[in-house]
Amino acid sequence: MQFDSFSDFIAMGGYGFYVWLSFGTCALILLCILLNSLRDTKRIMASVEQQIIREERIKKAKQEQTS
Amino acid sequence: MWKWLHPYAKAERAYQLCNTLLPYFAVVTVITMIVGWVWGLGFAPADYQQKDSYRIIFIHVPSAILSMGAYSSMAIAAIVALVWQLRNAELAVIAIAPVGACITAIALITGAAWGKPMWGAWWVWDARLTSELILLFLYLGVLSLYHAFEDKKSAGRAASILAIVGVINLPIIHYSVEWWNTLHQGATITKLDTKAIDPSMFWPLMVNILAFAAFVGTVTLIRLKNEILQREKHRPWVRALLNKG
Amino acid sequence: MTRQHSYWQLFSAVFSKDVKLAFRQRAEIVNPILFFLIVISLFPLAIGPEPGLLARMAPGIIWVAALLSTMLGLDKLFRDDYNDGSLEQLIASSYPLSLSVLGKVAAHWVVTGLPLVLMTPLFALLLNLESQSLLATVLTLLLGTPLLSFIGAIGAGLTVGLQKGGILMSLLVLPLYIPVLIFATSAIDTSSMSLDYSGQLAILGAMLVIAIISAPIAISSALKVSVS
Repeated sequence: MQFDSFSDFIAMGGYGFYVWLSFGTCALILLCILLNSLRDTKRIMASVEQQIIREERIKKAKQEQTS
Repeated sequence: MWKWLHPYAKAERAYQLCNTLLPYFAVVTVITMIVGWVWGLGFAPADYQQKDSYRIIFIHVPSAILSMGAYSSMAIAAIVALVWQLRNAELAVIAIAPVGACITAIALITGAAWGKPMWGAWWVWDARLTSELILLFLYLGVLSLYHAFEDKKSAGRAASILAIVGVINLPIIHYSVEWWNTLHQGATITKLDTKAIDPSMFWPLMVNILAFAAFVGTVTLIRLKNEILQREKHRPWVRALLNKG
Repeated sequence: MTRQHSYWQLFSAVFSKDVKLAFRQRAEIVNPILFFLIVISLFPLAIGPEPGLLARMAPGIIWVAALLSTMLGLDKLFRDDYNDGSLEQLIASSYPLSLSVLGKVAAHWVVTGLPLVLMTPLFALLLNLESQSLLATVLTLLLGTPLLSFIGAIGAGLTVGLQKGGILMSLLVLPLYIPVLIFATSAIDTSSMSLDYSGQLAILGAMLVIAIISAPIAISSALKVSVS
């Protein structure tokens, strides 16, 4: 470990603001794009489900019409 | 020789391939990212001149390298898409673009945050930063063009053409900006030339580069899966997926 | 299908048609030039009329104004033909689309770029450009404006089918213009120091030659995508 204490680690030899700004925004952006992509998957699968439900409903309505 | 690639022109096979590859990419990402960041932040020795602020290199350099790597991959996918008329390749182009744009933004932001303590200014028109900014514009151009089209087939082809035009221009832009910069800024010394880098800093850097590459791969695979699902929404195999999961 | 006409006949037919149409609507030619003049006039108003400062900034101002006014005129390059269906006819014809595209871009340059080149002495006057830079400015505009037309035509081709294609095309095309801007302004700067600027001109010339050869191919693919 290059640092003597945790507060030294946070301070980063005086450059703490810049180092943590960089790592923080990097982590934030990476997390955002990852979560966005995963959320898209859920959204697409949800819309497929919706479509199936809609089609079933239409089919049922048609059957009730003819019967 | 390339016959084994042919099945992957079909959407379903490509989707399955993404699914197979995804766990490996994800695991490698998590491991290398954690190891890389802990090593870089806590265990690599401080630089003689820049002290601890140089640690930003462990995310700045990987993101810069990957921003160009992602653009090249996007361009290769675009060439494949146009030459062999493969829809899956077009989808790959648009899957990579947002990830590449984010990585480029990270490179710019970390570059600025590194520049402030080192050069005293948040932004300097240094050759590399300027080229990186233009690269971001090229990514955003591909994305805006794709989303401006209503018909996604034409959108994919247009985005591919733009990606290829961009990749041809990329070296020209890079060299012209470098040339412009040496003309106007005299001696801007870029520290930490990787050839002369100490092994105790070299290896954490390599791990971080691998981590970022694995991350780009993971998110691209997820996005490619999404694009395939979006296009094949009405197919039975997609519906079968719902029942499975 | 045998071709009745030679390539040159096709090129000159497309070229002369576009030039004739442009001259019928004088506004189309005059507007970009007026825009250029107004933009150039805005700079002294914004940064102060001090001659030394203007002389230093003149190459940059002229070239940024050239970029912007070229882009203004690019939207019309394919849009009229797209709207009345003649673009589809050009694509569907048995003659190579690249050739027709070459004719259209050449016409566009004659109508927007060439006037700029001819009016350079006026701009030099307004911006207090050094006299030895005048030739350099004319030469860079002469080599650079066709280049701007070619690169811009790629953007125009990609966005011609879109509703609000104009601003998007600018976003796509401006990053590609940057090398032209860098070398052109550098050539003018170098000439103002009475140094040899043939290197920059050579690079501009090389870029132009490459653009003449390869841009029509990109523009043709783009048009085929837009019209489909």
